[in-house]
Amino acid sequence: MSTAIVLPEALKKMGFPRLIISGFLLVLFILTPFVGVDLPTQITNIINRFSWNAVLVLAMVPMIHAGCGLNFGLPLAIICGLLGGTLSIQLGFTGPMSFVMAVLIATPFAVILGGGYGLLLNRIKGGEMMIATYVGFSVMSFFCMMWLLLPYSSPTMVYGLSGNGLRPTISLDGFYNQTLARLLEIDFAKIAAALHISLGPLERIKIPTGSLIAFALLAFLMWAFLHTKTGTAMTAVGSNAAFARAAGINVDRTRMLSVIMSTWLGAMGILMYQQGFGFIQLYNAPNNLTMPTVAAILIGGASVNKASIPNVIIGTILFQGIVTMTPTVMNSAIHMDMSEVIRIIVSQGMILYALTRKAEGAK
Amino acid sequence: MTNNVNPLLQMQNIKKDFFGNQVLTDINFTLGEGEVLGLCGENGAGKSTLMKILFGMDVIRETGGYSGDILIDGKKVEFNTPFDALEAGIGMVHQEFSLVPGFTATENILLNREPCKKNIVSEVFGDRLNTLDYKEMDRRSAAAIEKMGVAIDAKMVISDMPVGHKQFTEIARELSKDQLKLLILDEPTAVLTEKEAEALLESIRGMAARGISVIFITHRLHEILAVCDKVVVMRDGYVVRDVPTRETSVEDITKWMVGRDVQSAAVGEARTNDGGRTILSIKNLWVDMPGETVRDVSLDIREGEILGIGGLAGQGKLGIPNGVMGLYEAGGKVEFNGQEIPLNNPRKCLDSSLAFVSEDRREVGLLLDESLEWNVAFPAMQIQEKFLKKLLGGFIKWRDEKGIHQVTQKYIDELQIKCTSSKQKAKELSGGNQQKVCLAKAFALEPKFLFVSEPTRGIDVGAKALVLEALKQFNRESGVTVVMISSELEELRQTCDRIAIISGGRVAGILPAAASSEEFGLLMVSQVV
Repeated sequence: MSTAIVLPEALKKMGFPRLIISGFLLVLFILTPFVGVDLPTQITNIINRFSWNAVLVLAMVPMIHAGCGLNFGLPLAIICGLLGGTLSIQLGFTGPMSFVMAVLIATPFAVILGGGYGLLLNRIKGGEMMIATYVGFSVMSFFCMMWLLLPYSSPTMVYGLSGNGLRPTISLDGFYNQTLARLLEIDFAKIAAALHISLGPLERIKIPTGSLIAFALLAFLMWAFLHTKTGTAMTAVGSNAAFARAAGINVDRTRMLSVIMSTWLGAMGILMYQQGFGFIQLYNAPNNLTMPTVAAILIGGASVNKASIPNVIIGTILFQGIVTMTPTVMNSAIHMDMSEVIRIIVSQGMILYALTRKAEGAK
Repeated sequence: MTNNVNPLLQMQNIKKDFFGNQVLTDINFTLGEGEVLGLCGENGAGKSTLMKILFGMDVIRETGGYSGDILIDGKKVEFNTPFDALEAGIGMVHQEFSLVPGFTATENILLNREPCKKNIVSEVFGDRLNTLDYKEMDRRSAAAIEKMGVAIDAKMVISDMPVGHKQFTEIARELSKDQLKLLILDEPTAVLTEKEAEALLESIRGMAARGISVIFITHRLHEILAVCDKVVVMRDGYVVRDVPTRETSVEDITKWMVGRDVQSAAVGEARTNDGGRTILSIKNLWVDMPGETVRDVSLDIREGEILGIGGLAGQGKLGIPNGVMGLYEAGGKVEFNGQEIPLNNPRKCLDSSLAFVSEDRREVGLLLDESLEWNVAFPAMQIQEKFLKKLLGGFIKWRDEKGIHQVTQKYIDELQIKCTSSKQKAKELSGGNQQKVCLAKAFALEPKFLFVSEPTRGIDVGAKALVLEALKQFNRESGVTVVMISSELEELRQTCDRIAIISGGRVAGILPAAASSEEFGLLMVSQVV
């Protein structure tokens, strides 16, 4: 008789990879005080990084629902956001207004480029993820040239000596750095000072309320959309395109809509990321976000054709938790820089794992 | 039949549960050498699970194994993988084909067991680089085909074969194994035409005469009576009867299978409706559906009738609904209620109150990964905006979970769908219950006109009767015109008022349901291509 490992139902539902990663994160938390790392600072970091990345991860949801797979073409969406941000600065907007304008300018780019991207993905059904990867690379490379060639002239952005071509990193001080994060920010240090009490280590915690509210709003809209007629159709298209077609759904149009939504959310995601991080990063930078974002939603429990808002939230917390905790905790513990290695193993390994699951489902 | 002291196969007290859910209880039977055993039972009775245990499938081990003993030639065996079972001389032909489409029959029959010749490269690098001995391969596959007794072209590529020949290729593959003692055939005739099925039965008799034992699973009971030495009937995980075939009849078996009397509906129920208004008129329809090409079909369907469309497999009967409903490329003219319906546009048909239950349940008919609620309510929601709450003056169309739940529950009760709840995933249901979900989906649309394609394919007798009854009731009570496409003539004659026979992509003739089988038979073969 066989002796298969029988996991309790609850753990099974959670999924094996999530279990390992949560366990690993828990170990890191427990280790924190012993290796002399400050826990409140770490928690603040995790919350911050969550607020930067969550919208990017949310951008995966529509395409997964419509059966277009994981959006490896995220750089395309990021480019739309970058165009919004740089044009807003170029046009002379400053402060919070520059963020509003960045959102407004990025939107038409996301709709048009997302539409073209959707058109392409509709022609290569079944191979979306591979083609998406190429789209990401080629759009990014194309824009590596465009950043140099486009007639940007704002002195805050262009190379100092030549006066043309955008710099790889542009500081957002005076523009939309922390625009949302500072909105309604909860800073325990300030609260303590105002109340003339000491909150101890808690004083090192800051919560970027505005950013979290913005994410919550977008996540709510996404959730609500999936409960509407069109959202239901989108899920059905992803679940079984032949069924949806027989029920009179225009499959291509639904998929196109999902791609446009993903692209727009991705553009919003990068703007959120920038306002938290404080810099616009150009050239090869968009590519650095693709794998971590895809990995995050998979860690959250999504599969290649099913994803939910809790998947987004849990995945972002777990992934960003690891990214924040490993450099400090592991490095202090073993005095060796393991963080990058672990991050890469986790993100690529997770994607690989998810793709093997997909093949199993197809059987 | 057998002179051995020990019969070839003994199953003793086999028990199996899936996580506490008992699916097999105390299964006992024996099978002698050269005997043919017919195994029948409704879907979900435990036939497949039993065969999976016998064949050592992984799923059994992964779900906690089984209890009880399997004895082969009197020795206890335990198969951990199908390879162990193959080693012991058990072969199995599955319902789904496992053939390489681009290979010839011969190559498939001997796949991975090809006779080889040494060559220079293989002398150096080892046996894996041996050359295939095609002459020997041809000889062996010819021998296997000869053993089977049905002539198939050994040189034909699988993808070019009609479906029946693929089935025969699988059987030949099992027969080509020298150690084969026991062959399991899991519903082999489901995809065969009557003539092919007849040939298969003949070949089973041949195998038995050569001393190979056969376990034959089928829903077509007359086939069991035709070839089997004994019948084992299962119901709800128990063996309810184990009797020699000659002491039983189709009626008995049916009764044992369902545990209740199934009255075979009289043909006399058919109505004549000559004066009826034409509701759907098809003129010169052609449909490019692979394997079911429709060449030139003109049909007038009268309001309120049940029209049957029958014919042999591959003659185009399935192409008609798929073409009219816009799922495959089609041309010609279709008028519904006097208005022309554009072809190649599923949405337009659905908007005109036509509905379609596809013959392809798993690929087209169901959202396997979603709940029953979604499956039942989805088309009605998308096409007729039912089960939606309008918010903000209709700008937002919110899914009405409560309404969806109610309608699903209604059909679960009406059609007696066996499920744990309306939230259960469609893929977890048995074939018959899935078919009922497909019907519920169409009923929820409240159509004026319904195409039902192969509604009873691969489902058991009990479910079959329920499905046909539900269709009849839907037609009688709601006044819906129904066109039912089926390969089983008997079923059409029980249910329909008129039956059109399709042959060679054309209408060979339309007869009242009461016409004799011979008349239908003549029409079926009249224009075969």
